[in-house]
This record gives sequence, structure tokens and C-alpha cells, in this order.
Amino acid sequence: MSQIILFWSVLACEAILALAMACAAYRLARGPRAQDRVLSLDAFYVSGMLLLVTFGIRTGTTLYFEVALIIGALGFVSTLALAKFLMRGEVIE
Amino acid sequence: MTGDQFPLWAAIAVSVLLVAGSLLMLAGCIGMVRFRSFYQRIHAPTLGTSFGTIFILAGSVVYFTVTQLRPAVHEVLIFVFVSVTTPVTLMLLARAALYRDRIERVQDVPASKDPLDNAEMQTSKKPS
Amino acid sequence: MSRVLPYPLLTLSLLIMWLLLQQSASPGHILLGLAIALLASRAMAALQPEKPRVIRFLPIFRLAGRAVVDIMASNIAVSKLILNPNSDMTKSGFLTVPLELKHRFGLAILSCIVTATPGSAWLEYHPEESEVLIHVLDIENDQEWIDTLKYRYETLLLEIFG
Repeated sequence: MSQIILFWSVLACEAILALAMACAAYRLARGPRAQDRVLSLDAFYVSGMLLLVTFGIRTGTTLYFEVALIIGALGFVSTLALAKFLMRGEVIE
Repeated sequence: MTGDQFPLWAAIAVSVLLVAGSLLMLAGCIGMVRFRSFYQRIHAPTLGTSFGTIFILAGSVVYFTVTQLRPAVHEVLIFVFVSVTTPVTLMLLARAALYRDRIERVQDVPASKDPLDNAEMQTSKKPS
Repeated sequence: MSRVLPYPLLTLSLLIMWLLLQQSASPGHILLGLAIALLASRAMAALQPEKPRVIRFLPIFRLAGRAVVDIMASNIAVSKLILNPNSDMTKSGFLTVPLELKHRFGLAILSCIVTATPGSAWLEYHPEESEVLIHVLDIENDQEWIDTLKYRYETLLLEIFG
């Protein structure tokens, strides 16, 4: 019984997160300006990270959590670099 | 998902936490689509990064503590990392957007109080 | 103390993070983590950051509690606004709030709390006027936002950093 509940709730969670990623991707494509795209890229990264956490629950391995940490770090650094680029037109001043 | 001895209460708790967290994330991303201006949209991702993340990570902590597959410590690291980095990202992005909007004199953005910035705006060109 | 361990708290938290990532507390990992933590805090000392001076520790917990409660309330309010199809999306706006807090770490903590709250975002701080520009989703309760910032958070931060 609990097995069935867990299976379907993890599946539902993944579907909802995928939908959230689709919404972020819509804003990424629509824009209208560069800062909107960078913001939606950040939201995209965070939902992708949470999706990996649910994969970790499904499979029961630690591997996905490490991937989630790396995705989080990459998302942070890339959003910072893009924001810096929007501000001055250069990444390193 | 191993073992049939997983207790029912824990399964329900994990399900509620996971679905609640992902719904918050979805609400944030719907906000990204629905809001009209950039400064409104900057509020949207914080829904997912504050309690959306907390709920999903709490669900994971409950699951791995009950099944005892492994100690639930990675979740703590992810939570600390997300809660520290998100405000920094959003603040920097907001400042970049303010700067760009002021250069282009867009809509109703409050004017800068920094005289250096104002001088710069007289000379600089429109960013693409 | 200051030569070998310039930042004891940073060294300790780096060691803890290493052990959490390795998921073990065996002597080998403690030794390796300690070496990495010591090297990293040496590198930090080369940057010569300003050290925060905390005067009182107790208000930190009260501040954390208030922030969690406010973020939770704001989560509910913003989700309602987004998910209600008839909600008015044009009520947002900019607010300028004067601050007495001048301590850099206090301002950093305040800005993180304000930005982590879904209903408000910290945009810019003007050091000369010591004013901050924030953007809020619900401009109709503007006095409430200013009161939250000034009386719920700022007083506690002034207690913590003096």
C-alpha cells in the first residue's frame, strides 16, 4: 500500500516539477529582455535540482544528491556571471 | 524503493511534503509567466527556493531516515547552499536590471542617487 | 591562534562540510578535511575580510524565528496572488526605506532576509542617505513593509551588531 502511494506521489512530484520547468522555459524563450531570460534560467536550474532530488528518492542512491549539489553550484555561478555581464558588459572587470 | 515494511504514515508524510514542495515551485514558475514586469517576476522564483525546496528536502529526509538506506545529510547541505545563494543571485540580477533600465530611461524606474552613475549615463550608449 | 587559525569558525564549518560530503567520520577523513579547511582559511586570510563583531548572541535566534515565520506567511500570500486568476497584478511598486543600521554584516543579513521573502526584493542601498530601495508585490500595505523592516528586523540587528 505505502509502496503504491510513494510510487505515485514521486511520479506526481516529478510531473509537476517538469511542468514548472516548462513554464520557466516559456519565459526563457519569450524574454522580452535579457534579464528576464537570466531570471528564468535560474528558476529552471532550481527546478532541475529539485527534480534530481526526487530521482534520488526514487532510486535510493546518493549519486543524484551529489549531482543536485553540482547543478545548484553551476546554476549559481552561471547566473552570477550573466548578471555581471548584463551590468557592465564584461564578466571580469 | 525497497522493502514492503515501509510504514503507511511515513509514506503519506513523504507524499504530502513532495507534492506540496513541487506545487510551490510550480506556483513560482506560473508567476514567472503571469507577471507583467521584470521587477514583479523577480519575486516568483523565491517561492520555489524558500519553502518549495524545504518541503522537498524534508520529504527526502523523512524517506531516507525511515528506510535507513543512508544518513540524510546531503539535504542539509543542499538547503544551506540554496538559501545562501538565491538572495545573492536575485540581488545582483535586480541591480543589473535597474542599471540597464536607467540607461534606457525605461518606464517608472526610480532614479539613481549616485552622482557617478548619473554621469555615466549621460555618456554611455544603449546596451543591446 | 591568529597565525595558525585565522578564522576558527570558518575552519570548523569547512571541516563539517567535508565530513558531511564524505558521509563518514573516520580518522583519515578528519585529517584530510582538517588539512583542506586549514589551507582554505589561510587563503581566506589572504583576502583580509573584515571580521564580524557580534555583541549579543541571543537575538540571532529570535531574528531567525521571525524570518522563518514571515517567509512562510509571504509564501502563502504570494501563491494566492499568483494562483488566483482574478487577482490584480498591478499593485506592485518600489519603496524607499530609511535605515539606521550601518553595519555591513547587518545590512548583508537584512538584504538576504528581504530578498528571500517572496513578497519583497532588495534592490539597492544608498550609503550616503542610508536608504534602501526595495520592490514589493503588495504596495497597498506599504507601511506594513516598512514597519516589518524597521521594527521586526532592524532593531534586532542593531542589538546583535551594536
